[in-house]
Amino acid sequence: MTFFLVALVVTGNAAGYLFQTMGMKQGGAIEDFRLGALTRTLWAAFRNRWVALSIPALALSFFAFMGLVSVADLSFAVPATAAGYVMETLLARYILKESVSRRRWAGAALVACGVVLISL
Amino acid sequence: MKTRICLLIVVLANAVGNVLLSYGMRQVGSIASSSPLELALSSVRAMANPYVLAGVAVLVVFLLTHMILLSWADLSYILPMTSAGYILVTLLSWWLLEENVKTLRWLGTALIVAGMVLVGGTPVSTTKKS
Repeated sequence: MTFFLVALVVTGNAAGYLFQTMGMKQGGAIEDFRLGALTRTLWAAFRNRWVALSIPALALSFFAFMGLVSVADLSFAVPATAAGYVMETLLARYILKESVSRRRWAGAALVACGVVLISL
Repeated sequence: MKTRICLLIVVLANAVGNVLLSYGMRQVGSIASSSPLELALSSVRAMANPYVLAGVAVLVVFLLTHMILLSWADLSYILPMTSAGYILVTLLSWWLLEENVKTLRWLGTALIVAGMVLVGGTPVSTTKKS
């Protein structure tokens, strides 16, 4: 049960952010931050199918995390889900075609190690 | 500049939202069930708690700002940068709650800061479309 929940948290989160990035990049960079314009832009964004798909994926991850912390310690849940960092960086590199330099890899790895240490 | 402001909102909203949520969930009590469906139902029931509800509202702000940020920034840039929340929680628990922070935890915090400095020095966007 515990590992099933960890898997749900990690894959739901990775898929959710992957879809969200794909959808938001299709709309182009948001430049107008006035409330009316922003509301319209976000409303339109939710009608993008990738953005729409990202919501159930992130919700699944969120509820699975709530379930996870009710059956396991937070000090297990946080480092276990920190494994998602590596997976998401790989997805960003190979699916989103972001250029992940050595410097960025090193930084992401340090952050992941730091998260594990913090919750031990 | 807009990247930094959005990152700040994302980090703050995430931390505040999670604190409200866990405070509320402790009032609701532990969820012990075996099926995902039951788990989802219990989560929905928990929404009746005002702290849980406020937490969810703040997390919606987090989600929207995160979406705005992703309209121009790399996912591989945003992910490590938003872990500033862990630093915030450590500092707050040490400073405000006067908790005794273990050496290992300071070490972890230092690693996160170092990682963020490294990632912060890379370009915000590397894909052509944005």
